[in-house]
Amino acid sequence: MNKVLLCARKLCAFYGQTRVLHGLDFDIAEGGITAFLGANGAGKTSTLRALSGMIDVTGEIVFDGRPVAGHATEKLARLRIAHVPESRGTFSRMTVEENLQLGAMSRNDRAGIAGDIERIYGYFPKLRERARQQAGTLSGGEQQMLAIGRALMMRPRLMLLDEPSFGLAPLIVEEVYGILHRLNRDEGVSMLLVEQNATAALAIADQAFLIETGEIVMSGPARDIGRDDKLRRAYLGY
Amino acid sequence: MAEHRFIPSGLRARLTQPQMLLTIGALVIAAALPFAVKNFVLFQLTLAMVYGIAILGLNLLTGFNGQFSLGHSAFFALGAYTAAIMMDRFGIAYYWTLPAAGVACLVFGFLFGLPALRLQGIYLALATFSLGVATPQILKSGPLEAWTGGVQGIVILKPDAPFGLPLSSDQWLYYLTLAVVVLMFCCAANLINSRTGRAIVAIRDNPIAARAMGIDISRYKSLTFGVSAFYTGVAGALGAIVIQFVAPDSFTFAFAIALFVGLVVGGVGSIPGALFGGLFVLFVPNIAEHVSKGLAGAVYGVILILVIYLMPSGAAGLVELIVGKLVRKTARQN
Amino acid sequence: MELLLHQIFAGLSTGGIYALMALAIVMIYQAIDQLNFAQGEMAMFSTFISWQILQWGLPYWPTFFLTVAISFAGGVAIERIVFKPLKRAPVLSHLIVFIALFAIFNSGAGFIWDYTIKSFPTPFGTKPLFGNSLISSHDAGMIAVTLLLLVLLFLFFRHTRVGLAMRATAANPESARLVGIRVDWMVALGWGMAAAIGAVAGMMIAPVVFLEPNMMLSILLYGFAGAVVGGLTSPIGAVIGGFLVGVIENLAGTFIPYVGRELKLTIALALIVAVLTVRPSGLFGNVVVTRV
Repeated sequence: MNKVLLCARKLCAFYGQTRVLHGLDFDIAEGGITAFLGANGAGKTSTLRALSGMIDVTGEIVFDGRPVAGHATEKLARLRIAHVPESRGTFSRMTVEENLQLGAMSRNDRAGIAGDIERIYGYFPKLRERARQQAGTLSGGEQQMLAIGRALMMRPRLMLLDEPSFGLAPLIVEEVYGILHRLNRDEGVSMLLVEQNATAALAIADQAFLIETGEIVMSGPARDIGRDDKLRRAYLGY
Repeated sequence: MAEHRFIPSGLRARLTQPQMLLTIGALVIAAALPFAVKNFVLFQLTLAMVYGIAILGLNLLTGFNGQFSLGHSAFFALGAYTAAIMMDRFGIAYYWTLPAAGVACLVFGFLFGLPALRLQGIYLALATFSLGVATPQILKSGPLEAWTGGVQGIVILKPDAPFGLPLSSDQWLYYLTLAVVVLMFCCAANLINSRTGRAIVAIRDNPIAARAMGIDISRYKSLTFGVSAFYTGVAGALGAIVIQFVAPDSFTFAFAIALFVGLVVGGVGSIPGALFGGLFVLFVPNIAEHVSKGLAGAVYGVILILVIYLMPSGAAGLVELIVGKLVRKTARQN
Repeated sequence: MELLLHQIFAGLSTGGIYALMALAIVMIYQAIDQLNFAQGEMAMFSTFISWQILQWGLPYWPTFFLTVAISFAGGVAIERIVFKPLKRAPVLSHLIVFIALFAIFNSGAGFIWDYTIKSFPTPFGTKPLFGNSLISSHDAGMIAVTLLLLVLLFLFFRHTRVGLAMRATAANPESARLVGIRVDWMVALGWGMAAAIGAVAGMMIAPVVFLEPNMMLSILLYGFAGAVVGGLTSPIGAVIGGFLVGVIENLAGTFIPYVGRELKLTIALALIVAVLTVRPSGLFGNVVVTRV
């Protein structure tokens, strides 16, 4: 692809005294979709939280040429790293539209913000229907779309998505992944995708990493990873 | 309220050897003190122990069971007045008042715990705070005046040492209080280390999981309220005997706040910490007054803030931190 | 009937005081998810500051707004300075700091301005409103100020970006960080606003109860009662709760035997407990549903 958007060296992450990531080294290319795969508890979510400044880290993280390890979450968000957490992080008592406006919190261009909201309604017509509804009343799939929409409002340089397929019916997963693919292809949004659902992720990813108990055990182009035995063994044990 | 995080409560079934030695050493020193210090200091130390027992009661409820109480002065007052009324109006000997006060508070605490079941966190704090505020007013109120002596309160006679022992009243009361402290602290430790104790702590840490494991939350919470009130009630009775006087304005909400301060400063979820809390509650306001008469309150406030900065988990937390560092150091050296 | 109407209006007058206090309490509760026990003392201290400025000769309204500004800055400063080292401390430690602040402000005010009772001017005049016997101009003015504050707060929270950011911070601080909101500053802002509202409350209350360091003690409690009855998540609820507490306290004091001055406060508190047992989140509060 192109230049390196984010690179991590010897990245370790901690929950209190417990170390959960043991010296990860990886590069995320600009303009592409990178997938982090692994079983439950492998350290995928922790990787995203480390990149988002939500947990303590040691090592190097360089984003867009500047070192950002140890920066606060809101600072990284202002550098336009948009993290869509596992729980979606919707503001459930606020309306759909307010949620989207919150995505634009660090921006000042009113016209641009209004325009972006329109564009997002274009991608997710269901959200336009429910614009004045409380976000907590939306279905799982709609909340996921709202979370992605909110991240898009940040005009992100990099989107971090934690298990976008979680808790969603297969048809909805297809819909969501279709949109992610379109966003990457048409708008050039770089993405780092963390998934247990390897098939869905590998279908749209360019690059993939396999994580096992806090270490990267495999990396390479997505289609190679998909065919590799190690992946099957990591997930299914045989 | 935001997530409660308490210091790790050392739920060890038995004391380790060094802890055993420390405790015995402390007891020896405590037993020798009455012959080394003046009567007034002895009186203060006795009172500090009384507060320690009251704080331990509060600790059982708030520290170990996670139910906030800012009104424990009510139970202290109930215990104190029970003792005073028994001694003054009925001429009953002072040693009977301790269990009586305890039982009275056990019942009342259990009853108060029942509606409190529906309240969480800040709402429970407010409800108990209301109880604390209401107590002096109820004690002063008309219908109860015949019993409580109204605003004037009740004066009691100081008991002498029994069996003609060569001890002054102050020395006797000190030993009595010390014995009660040892007894009640041991009981508390046993309770916490038992199945019941583990259920109580489980309710604090994760009530939903506790319920899922089959623990009857309502029963344990009300029970804990009752036991907690029992402890503070006994302390109240002892306090009345030691001070020889009860009056409504001795038990204002300021006292409830003081108990709470003692709890946090001593160490939430720490049984020995309660004694440190008692010492703090007794001596620090005096120290503040010495520093500056006009600004005593402000000095006290500043001391509080400094203590919290330096020991966010209380004295017990600090001790654990230091001991932990020492243990690691010796482990590395070996 | 005449007596009942009188007492209702008297209750509304005192209720206005409680409502203002309740508003400040809810304000800070929204920001930090805790009740600030020092709120009353901070309000009292602000009122003393305004009294001092008035002594130095500045006219009423400039003093009023200057005091509000100073209090706002003070609130922000307290949050940024005093609570900063407590970021990772357990909740109970925060409560201790509130208690400490209470002691510091109370003692400090007594030390600087002593304990003699001082009178405090009202901009509304003390005569009965339009000559009627039910409510005085000051009390009516106080209620008007409370309602005006409510409207301003509503507009702020619903229609400004900062207001939206503050609501988001209160609702879900982690998600707020993820969209770039500087959560720490939002909390500080909440403190500043609560302190400012407290200052307004103090300056409105002082003409009625007279200015002295202990003037806010019981009022804070009534404020808590009002906030809790109305629901800690609802500013409107807090205000209504405050009025309710005032009216009920007055009616109880007048019409129920045995309830003299001492037990009036107890009645208010019994009210809190009663409401909480039936509706734990208050009359207008949001019921929090925890998903397992």
